Amino acid sequence: MDPESGVASAGSFIPLNEHEQRFYSGLHSLCQADTSGKLSSGKVAELFKASQLPPEALHRVTEVCGAKRLGYFGTPQFYVALKLLAAAQSGLPVHLESVTANLPLPRFAGLKNEPEMRYSTVPAGVDGAQGGAAPASVPWTPADRSAFRHLEASAEKKEPWSPPRSPSSSPPRSPLTYRSYTYSKQRNGADSQTAYESKHSSRPMVQLEQHSSPRNYGTKPSVEHPAMARASSSERLEQQGVDDYSDDDPWRITEEQLEYYTNQFKTLQPDLGALILGAIAKNFFTKSKLPIPELSHIWELSDVDRDGALTFSEFCTAFHLIVARKNGYPLPESLPPTLRPGYMQQEEDVPDTPESAEPLIVFEDAELRPGQMDRGVKERLQPSLAATKQDLKEEACKQDVAAMRVQTSQEKRTLQLGAFPERPEPPHDLDTQMRTKTRPRSYSSTSFEDAMKKAEEPPTPPPRPQKTHSRASSLDLNKLFQQGAPGVRSGWLPPPPALPPRPTASQEESSVKPDKQGPRSRFGRSTEDLTNASKQDVIGVSHSQAPQKPVRRKYHPDGQNLEAAPPPTVPFPTPAKSAQKLLSKQKREIQMAIRKNKETNAVLTRLNSELQQQLKVVHQERVTLESQVELLRPLAST
Amino acid sequence: MAVCIAVIAKENYPLYIRSVPTQNELKFHYTVHTSLDVVEEKISAVGKSLGDQRELYLGLLYPTEDYKVYGYVTNSKVKFVIVVDSSNTSLRDNEIRSMFRKLHNSFTDVMCNPFHNPGDQIQSKAFDGIVSGMMVQTG
Repeated sequence: MDPESGVASAGSFIPLNEHEQRFYSGLHSLCQADTSGKLSSGKVAELFKASQLPPEALHRVTEVCGAKRLGYFGTPQFYVALKLLAAAQSGLPVHLESVTANLPLPRFAGLKNEPEMRYSTVPAGVDGAQGGAAPASVPWTPADRSAFRHLEASAEKKEPWSPPRSPSSSPPRSPLTYRSYTYSKQRNGADSQTAYESKHSSRPMVQLEQHSSPRNYGTKPSVEHPAMARASSSERLEQQGVDDYSDDDPWRITEEQLEYYTNQFKTLQPDLGALILGAIAKNFFTKSKLPIPELSHIWELSDVDRDGALTFSEFCTAFHLIVARKNGYPLPESLPPTLRPGYMQQEEDVPDTPESAEPLIVFEDAELRPGQMDRGVKERLQPSLAATKQDLKEEACKQDVAAMRVQTSQEKRTLQLGAFPERPEPPHDLDTQMRTKTRPRSYSSTSFEDAMKKAEEPPTPPPRPQKTHSRASSLDLNKLFQQGAPGVRSGWLPPPPALPPRPTASQEESSVKPDKQGPRSRFGRSTEDLTNASKQDVIGVSHSQAPQKPVRRKYHPDGQNLEAAPPPTVPFPTPAKSAQKLLSKQKREIQMAIRKNKETNAVLTRLNSELQQQLKVVHQERVTLESQVELLRPLAST
Repeated sequence: MAVCIAVIAKENYPLYIRSVPTQNELKFHYTVHTSLDVVEEKISAVGKSLGDQRELYLGLLYPTEDYKVYGYVTNSKVKFVIVVDSSNTSLRDNEIRSMFRKLHNSFTDVMCNPFHNPGDQIQSKAFDGIVSGMMVQTG
C-alpha cells in the first residue's frame, strides 16, 4: 500500500492513498461540512445507508470512528468512518486496525455513476466507477432498496465522481486483476445469456459470476446484467482473498444463482418438489472435484432434515456452498442463516417435521410463515406416515422454495413469477403470490388454490431404497411405525391406504426388487421427457418400463445436460422453456399420475427393504439357533 | 461426562474412537476392546426374543476401579461404547442413555451422508462436535 497522503485523526494517523484521498474528500464535501468542520449527520446517515451495510455494522462504524463519542462527524471521524465502511464491505471486522489495511474504496450505491441500476442492490458494485477498487461485495443486502432510490436521487452527483474514478480504475491489486480476467471471460459467456435473463435483477453481480465459476458444471447462468456489461463493471470483482467473511453475502443466493441451481436441479430431478437421492447428489457433486471430506461436510451442512436426500432448497444450499468453496471461501462450520432452507430456523434432526397427512392441511401450513411451519406441522405428526412423510417434505420444500424466493426478492414478486416460467407448477406461483400477498395465515383466499394444490401436490416422494440408505430408511420406518404402533416390527401393517394404488402397472413394478431403480430411472426418463417435450408417449412408456431401466440412464441426462449446456447456453433454456410452457397443462396431469405411482412405489420399496433386513436378521438368528441345536444334540442323544 | 467414546463397527473394528487426550489413550483403546466381549455376550443373551425389540442400551458393561464402561448396540450391530470416570459423580442411567441416543442420532446423520462409505472411519465434524460435547472438559 502506498500511503501518499494521510489524515491525522484524533491522534491516529490513517494513511490514505491517492484514490481514497480524492474519494473521501469528495464525499466529505458531499456531506456538506459546515463551517465548523462538522458534517451534516443527515447526509452522513444517507451515505452510510448507501453503503448497504447492515445497521449493526453502521453503528459499529460510528462508534469506532469516534463520531459517537463526539456527537458529530468531524473530518477525521468521517475519514475513519469511510475507511471502516470499506473494511466492513470487504468483510473485515470493524476495528481501528482494519483501517490501516489496504482497503478498497468503500462503495456507496447511489453515489456513483450507475446509470442502470435496475434493481436495488447493485451494491456498491454499482460504482464500477470505483472500477478497479475491488469491490468487496459484501453488502448485497436485498433489503436495502433505499439505496436504490438513493441512486436515482443522487444520479446527478455522478459526474464529479467519474473523472476521479477513471484513474483509479486501474486495478492495482493483483488478485483483482486476476479476477477481472476471469470475470471478463465469464462475462463474455454470460453476455449471451443476457437476453434470456435480462429480466432478472441486477444481482447479476460479480458475486454471481464468481459463484458460478465452477467450470466443471459447464454453464454459467451468469446473468450478465447489461449494467454489468459495462467495462467498468467487469473490473468489479469480489475480493476473494478476504477470509474473514461474515455469514452474510457470500452465503446469500442471488437470483441468477437460484436460476442456475434450479436448472441443475431439474437435470437431476425434474420435479422441483421432489428429493434428490443421496447417491445421485453424490455423483453430481463429486464432479465438482472437491475433496470428499469437504463434500461430506457440505452435505452435513445442507441436509438439514437429515434424510439422506436433498430437497430443492437443500440442493441449492449445497450447490451454493460448493460454489463458494470452489471460489475459495472456507466452509463454515454451521450453516449460515441465509442459506438455511427457506431462511427458516434450521430444523435439525427433525426428520418428521415436514410430515403431515393431507395436502390440504399442508397447504394451510404453506400459508404460514415458514417459521411457523414447525409448529403447525409438528402437530400433524401423528397421522399416517408412510409416504406422506415424503409428500410433506416435498411440500415443505416447495414451500421453502417459495419462501426462499420470496425472501430473496421481496420486491420482485412479479418478476419471481415470471422468472420461473418453465416450472410446470402453477401452484408454486400461486403459492408465491399468496405468500407475498399475505404472509401470515390467509386461509380465506385459498379454497380454490387448495383444490388445485391438493390436486397438484402429492409430491413425489423420492424412493430411497438404495442400500446405502437402507439404514436410514429403516430408521425412518421404525419411527413411522413406532408412532403408529410401538414395536410393530413383527406385526407388520401394510402401509396406510393413503396411497391409492393407481395404475396397477405401478404396483407390479414396485413389487419387483429391481424397481428400486425404477423410480430413479423414471426420474431420469422424465428429465429427458421434459427436455424433449414429447412427454406423453415417453412417460407412458416409462411407466411400464421402469423396472428394467438401468440406473445408468439416470446419470446420462446429467452428463448430457451438463455438457450440452455450455455450448448452447442460450438456446438450451429457451427452447426448453417454451416447450414446457406449451405442454404444461398436459404435463401436470401426467405428473400427477407419475407422482402417485412414485409414492406407491416408494412406500412399497421401503417396505421391501425393511422386510429384507428383518429377514436377514431372522436368518442369522435362525442359523445361530440351529448351530446351537446341533451342538446340543450329541449331548442330548448320549 | 465421558472419558472415552468409541464406535465399533459390526465386524468389531473401530470406526471412531476418541478419548480425553490427557490420559493414556492406549489404555482406553484396550478397555474398549475388551468390553467388546461383554457386548457380544449381552447381545447373544437376548437372542431369545429373536431380534424383536432388542434393547439397544446395554447398560453398564463392567466397572473397574477407575471407571465404568457402558455399551449400546444398534440394530445393525454397530456398537457404541462409553467409558466414564468412576470418580465422576455417578451419572445417572438416564444421562448415559441420552448420551447414547445423541450418539446414535449423529451416527445416523453420518451414515445418511452419501459421501460417507459405511465402514470408513467417521470423519464428520458434526459428529466430532457432538462427541466433544460429551467428553469431559479437561483443562
